[in-house]
Amino acid sequence: MTRNVDESTIVAGRLVREGQPAKPRLSRKHREWIAAALFLLPDALGLFVFLGIPMVLSLSMGFFDVSGFGQYTWVGLRNYREMFNDQLFLQSLKASAIYVVVLVPAIYCVGLGLALLVKQRIPFVGIFRGMFFLPYVISLVVIGLVWQFMLVDQLGVVNQLLANVGITGKSWLGDPKFALGTVLFVSVWFLMGYYMIIFLAGLQEIPREFYEAARLDGANSFQTFWGITIPLLKPTSFFVLLISTVTAVAGSQGFDLVYIMTKGGPANSTSLVVFYVYQQAFQYSHYGYAAAMASFLVVTLLILTTLLFIGTKGGRFDFD
Amino acid sequence: MDREDGRGFPLGQVISHGFLILVALLWLFPFVWMISTALKPNADVFAMPPRVIPTDIQWGNFKAAWNYAPFGRFMLNGLLVAGIGTFLVLLTSSCAAYAFARLDFPGRDNIFVAYLGTLMVPQEVIVVPMFILMKNLGWINSYQALILPWAFTAFGTFLLRQFFLTIPFELEDAALLDGASRFRILWNIMVPLATPALAVLGVFTFINYWNSFLWPLIIVNGQEHATVPLGLNIFMGQYGSQWNYLMAASTISILPSVLLVLATQRYLVEGIALTGLGGH
Repeated sequence: MTRNVDESTIVAGRLVREGQPAKPRLSRKHREWIAAALFLLPDALGLFVFLGIPMVLSLSMGFFDVSGFGQYTWVGLRNYREMFNDQLFLQSLKASAIYVVVLVPAIYCVGLGLALLVKQRIPFVGIFRGMFFLPYVISLVVIGLVWQFMLVDQLGVVNQLLANVGITGKSWLGDPKFALGTVLFVSVWFLMGYYMIIFLAGLQEIPREFYEAARLDGANSFQTFWGITIPLLKPTSFFVLLISTVTAVAGSQGFDLVYIMTKGGPANSTSLVVFYVYQQAFQYSHYGYAAAMASFLVVTLLILTTLLFIGTKGGRFDFD
Repeated sequence: MDREDGRGFPLGQVISHGFLILVALLWLFPFVWMISTALKPNADVFAMPPRVIPTDIQWGNFKAAWNYAPFGRFMLNGLLVAGIGTFLVLLTSSCAAYAFARLDFPGRDNIFVAYLGTLMVPQEVIVVPMFILMKNLGWINSYQALILPWAFTAFGTFLLRQFFLTIPFELEDAALLDGASRFRILWNIMVPLATPALAVLGVFTFINYWNSFLWPLIIVNGQEHATVPLGLNIFMGQYGSQWNYLMAASTISILPSVLLVLATQRYLVEGIALTGLGGH
């Protein structure tokens, strides 16, 4: 209150209102609280309704049998027990595990490789960056369609071009041996532009003096890469590993590409967990069961990211 | 030792430049092939050997694809959903970001941490309860169901807060002393200064809405409310063997996002680098 009075004397007093009695008003502090509440309200309310409620619903629905007409029957842990006796779920868990284990390192290596390529100061490098980034802004439905078309058995352009160099065409999407690998390949192609830019930003923050000093000491480019680039890229690496793990487990590319290109087949080899959850919920109306699997996915994600934090000694990623 | 930044003419640089061009061409080949196929008659789609430049160019494919399915409707739906959604995200995020960046209130930092926590929840894991919620609200097959669930983001708030923190206090203090309201300050001082950040957030939000597939697939039946990816999926179900029309439709459907990105490319690269924005 005192602060407020002082201020008004300074501000207004000097102009005209010297003798006017101060009206009883809210203190500056309280007015700020009200302003903050009003500013926060729309976003916070929206998040509560469209994120908070679904989260709580998601975690609790797993303990119910939910019919298509919205009737809830308490079933305790039955959905969770069923999950681990469901061969199709176990198969999707396996597919997802392979997908994550391959995708995360692949993103790291290809992303960093591309970033090193487009870091050079050469003419038109901006255009190259744009070209690599392009797939990332295209609808995954289009990307799935185009690749499916290029990979058509025998007649597709990929197999025709391979035939030109003497490689017999494969059924890239129809053979259980290759299908998941194909989905992985397209996922990398789609995602890579984003990680390239993240790595590029990290690389550009490394002071040039370090490289010059290394060169004067006679270090070759291999030594420079392992001795300077990789250690100084740690914060970027942590960020990339974190985001790519979340993306690999539950990113939209997993569902969209599988839905368009393989529908989970052949022989369920590409049925990622996100796709199986969709099938159970929206093709068989097993909402409770699907929610249980989604909860399982959230917990897995939580564990993976926690491990990542511990494994990298605390993820010194600065939020400010 | 004259390898500094392309002065001189070292062989190593020619090789790496050549390699870059090769990789970039392979990288873009799917798009080249898409457009090439969109211009071919159906009989030539799988012609051997494959030809990148069609011999018999069929501009009519675009018109045919457009007329086979109500693509105008899909595009309009997409623009409406993405446009309103983006507007809402920008509005709610900048208000919340202003509160976190500039106002003092009890529990601010704890609330902000809780906000950041929600960033770790991917859309894919909450679509089941979200669908149930929409069902209870009676919003199945509606625009609000396509727009509202994703119009409130902690991400936009986080991004804009970081940006607002870099804007100096002086301008604002002067305005406050002149008796300007907080909302005026946000609108007249912060928003104009934060245009690059708002542009990046806006472009990515628009593209996310425009490309979103899983949610429209769940919440929309039929063509009336279908957005473009859903429309393509419907189209594929009906004319799956007409690859030239499918590719023509695909080419049309990516135009808005490609144009938007080209127009704002400069901001985007900077913005992503600055914030890690746009992770799927």
